[in-house]
Amino acid sequence: MTSRRPLRPGRRLALMVVSLVVLATACEGTAQNTMAPHGHFSSITYSLIWKVFIVAVVVFVLVEGLLVYEIIRFRAKSADDRPVQIHGSTKLEITWAIIPALILLVVGAATVGQLFQLDREQPNPVRIDVVGHQWWWEYRYHDPQDNSKIDVVTANEMHIPVGRNIRLTLKSVDVIHNFWAPKLAGKIYAIPGRDNKLYVKADDPAVYYGECAEFCGLSHANMRLRVVAEPQADFDTWRQRQSVTVVPQLPDKTTQSAASAGAQAFLQKGCSGCHTVSGYSAGNVGPNLSGFNSRSCFAGCIFANNDQNLRLWLRDPPGEKPGSKMPNLKLTEQDITNLTAYLRTLGDASTRPSNIGPAGS
Amino acid sequence: MATVLDKPPLPPTTDRPLDAALFQRPRSTHGWVSWLTTIDHKRIGTLYGVTALTFFIIGGIEALLIRLQLAQPNGKILDANAYNQVFTMHGTTMIFLVVMPLSAAFANYLIPIQIGAPDVAFPRLNAFSYWTFLAGGLFLYSSIFLGGMPNGGWFGYAPNTSITYSPGHNIDFWVMGLLITGVASTVGAANLVVTCLNMRAPGMNLMRMPVFTWMSLVAQLLTLFAMPVITVALFLLMFDRNFGSHFFDPSAGGDPVLWQNLFWLFGHPEVYILILPAFGIVSEILPVFSRKPIFGYPVMVFSGIAIGFMGWGVWIHHMFSVGLGPVAVSAFSISTMLIAVPTGVKIFNWVATMWKGSLRFTSAMLFAIGLVSQFTVGGLSGVTHGVASHDRQQTDTYYVVAHFHYVLFGGSIFALFGGIYYWYPKVFGQLLDDRLGKLHFWLFFVGFNLTFFPFHILGIVGMPRRIYTYPTGTGWDTYNLLSTIGSFIIALGVLVFMYNIRRTDSRFKKYKLTVDADPWDGRTLEWSVPSPTPAYNFAEVPTVKYQDDWWHRKYTVDDAGRLLPRPEIDEVRARANDGLKPGQHPHFPSPSFYPIVAAFCFPIAGYGLVYGRASGYNYVITGIGMSLLLVTLVAWGMEPSVAPPEDDAPAVHEEQPVLVGAGAGSAPGLGAAPDGGQPALTSGGGAPPPGDSGGGGGGSS
Repeated sequence: MTSRRPLRPGRRLALMVVSLVVLATACEGTAQNTMAPHGHFSSITYSLIWKVFIVAVVVFVLVEGLLVYEIIRFRAKSADDRPVQIHGSTKLEITWAIIPALILLVVGAATVGQLFQLDREQPNPVRIDVVGHQWWWEYRYHDPQDNSKIDVVTANEMHIPVGRNIRLTLKSVDVIHNFWAPKLAGKIYAIPGRDNKLYVKADDPAVYYGECAEFCGLSHANMRLRVVAEPQADFDTWRQRQSVTVVPQLPDKTTQSAASAGAQAFLQKGCSGCHTVSGYSAGNVGPNLSGFNSRSCFAGCIFANNDQNLRLWLRDPPGEKPGSKMPNLKLTEQDITNLTAYLRTLGDASTRPSNIGPAGS
Repeated sequence: MATVLDKPPLPPTTDRPLDAALFQRPRSTHGWVSWLTTIDHKRIGTLYGVTALTFFIIGGIEALLIRLQLAQPNGKILDANAYNQVFTMHGTTMIFLVVMPLSAAFANYLIPIQIGAPDVAFPRLNAFSYWTFLAGGLFLYSSIFLGGMPNGGWFGYAPNTSITYSPGHNIDFWVMGLLITGVASTVGAANLVVTCLNMRAPGMNLMRMPVFTWMSLVAQLLTLFAMPVITVALFLLMFDRNFGSHFFDPSAGGDPVLWQNLFWLFGHPEVYILILPAFGIVSEILPVFSRKPIFGYPVMVFSGIAIGFMGWGVWIHHMFSVGLGPVAVSAFSISTMLIAVPTGVKIFNWVATMWKGSLRFTSAMLFAIGLVSQFTVGGLSGVTHGVASHDRQQTDTYYVVAHFHYVLFGGSIFALFGGIYYWYPKVFGQLLDDRLGKLHFWLFFVGFNLTFFPFHILGIVGMPRRIYTYPTGTGWDTYNLLSTIGSFIIALGVLVFMYNIRRTDSRFKKYKLTVDADPWDGRTLEWSVPSPTPAYNFAEVPTVKYQDDWWHRKYTVDDAGRLLPRPEIDEVRARANDGLKPGQHPHFPSPSFYPIVAAFCFPIAGYGLVYGRASGYNYVITGIGMSLLLVTLVAWGMEPSVAPPEDDAPAVHEEQPVLVGAGAGSAPGLGAAPDGGQPALTSGGGAPPPGDSGGGGGGSS
């Protein structure tokens, strides 16, 4: 089906029934609402599930209605009531076995159709490897010209062009994670030793929220993510500036003294052992920081990317994110100021998704 | 195998002949030692029940901690580490230490009486199974003092539970604890399966067995075959952790998905192990309080069996997000849909059982109807999980948490509490207060739905499971707060229940009240013996002519098919209260030390394995534990299965309390009676103390 048609009246009515569930939340800003798909692949499954919900609601009303009727109607009148002793009815029992079975087979057939539909390879996709780490996401973009090359490495916040098929290959370097951006698609595990496939395609330019959905250890709750869907041109600009070939300029000693001292501290305090900055360091334990300032969030997207949060984080990472592999380096306030200044020189803040709100808001 | 022995009456004697046992056999039938050595299935059932309810309180406190932490964003009650331990132990406790043993409590107590047997097939093994379960539970919880409780989730997914990512002993306690309770479940299952198949009274053919016994039989068969699967999985995990194997380690060619397959191949039948006995309980309660037979007995039985078989073919629906490819997922999606059919049939048959009945809304009945209404919700959300394409949105969210709480709390726990209200008089000789029981029900009903219905919404709006915190602005706050309030209403319900037990006990003791053998106008054989059940169960082996045999001794039908009391109904009812008559020499259970000693060898061995990684010498402890077990088993083997006849001889039947006009002709138990619904009470001296079912045969030598 094509994405996002206006709702037909029948479907709108049906939705209202289901919306007993969702209604109240709609006004509360629900960035991860699975019942408000904004992508081709999430719309596919949604198109089936709301019908199943209707059937479920009908069965629910039927059973509970019968129970309530019985409770009112057949209350004992006396201890000596002599009800007719009915032992069963083969005809009835076959009926209420066959009818649900038929309904379920129809639902089952529709489900099977969708499963194969979702599994199909899509034409001309953007290929991104999504790598789960305890507890952050790494995105490695395949070079469109040469699929064997990686041309962008970034973390937590994934940029994609609107309306394009994105083929995600899910991997993990440690335990099992589960990549989930509800408005775009259902979730698929990132399993060490396996490559899983997940297609997403965003309908609108927006920021789509998500998080790791499989328990992956101490800070499972702190492994969030964002998908930034933007027009192709913006995406191309972003991609160009994020390219691994772009080497951030070292800050100037005189005009940017704090940042320059931060760059030194980055080496001396050991940051470089874990983090890559193109042309400067090659650590591969933590996120690649080459484009740090272009991201709207960091540390598993539990923090908005501003100086205040960055200082908080640098002061005591495991205190902010329990179990974090980034140790408390006992940095001085001066170190923190310098490092913050340095990190601000990495990447282009103008490609930050601050100008697009969350989907559905 | 215990049989009803026709022993010659012997005079009480103090000169015991030597027998083959190494030590003198315990003989006390009263006091706490008698509880440690009892092999009476009723006392063991009671022990199971009390222990499981204690763990229910512990698991409930864990649940309240979880709810307090999540009541609002950025909760500060628990830190990440504590939260992960608490949610892991909440799940592990509720499944392995509450619902399974609580079902075992009912099965142990009721199956022999429902099929007209004097005891289970292997009474000492039964005691062994209980003590092993307790040993396993205590072992698991000892971790709280030894470095922290398990923290890998009740599902313990590899490789998060591997030594690399969980280096502490938390997971070791989980592995060994579950292995130990697994021994208990397997042994118990074998025992009950043999009991159902071999110990039935004459005429009690399989298609006359009460539905509870049937559903327990299916659940025990599932247990018998499912426990080995998780045992294998836990062994592999233990070898990965302690002995350097790589079953689940992808870097060495192992496969984390293997763990998931093994775990859920156990885990899904486990779900039916948890729910089938509850279905059985409801199938007992609904007919009694509708004054109608169960609608479609054969269909109820066969749908249970069908669920038992199909339960093995749906485990992948826990793994729809693993990326197993559309063919495998399709097959399991369809099988998941189909298992809803026998389950749906059961629900409709329960509804039909109540149809045109004469409904008495006792506490037990309310809880049973509670299951039907709430399990329906859980069943329907289960079908939406079967839509595998969309399940990728639902799985690992609170929607799933809502689903299985509607199944396991709205289903199992409601039925089990219904069962407690229903069989309490048979077990303890006291009727729980019905008004308090109803208050308990309504607190549970409101609290349960307030706690767990919002979970559906939370899942739909994207709240993942097992997160210890969430930020502001997610739109989850209100539902989480409602849920937390609901959980405390449930806790209040538990308090009312505990108060009810206390109050009932003091009331019965104060007024010396006793309960009629058949306070509810029941249908099955357990209501044909005195309340509480005497140690020997049946003074005479019953001969069974009908399904619901006890009912047919009281009632027949007229030409229009309407219920008709038999002329001799009052006499039949009165006779049910009789104790042993001179000349009757039924089987008495023979106590033994060995089961409890053998059971507590397991934790010794377990501690050795837990600390084996710290130092190889610790495996010596394991060796000691296993050697002790071996020695105990040899001694056990040398002990005759039945005590010498003189142990039973001094059964002083004259002390049996005589009930005055017990239940005869009186209206049995209209729940809404103004006196608090205490039906068929008779006051008269000499009731046996509650919880001491040895009343009739209790004379000590």
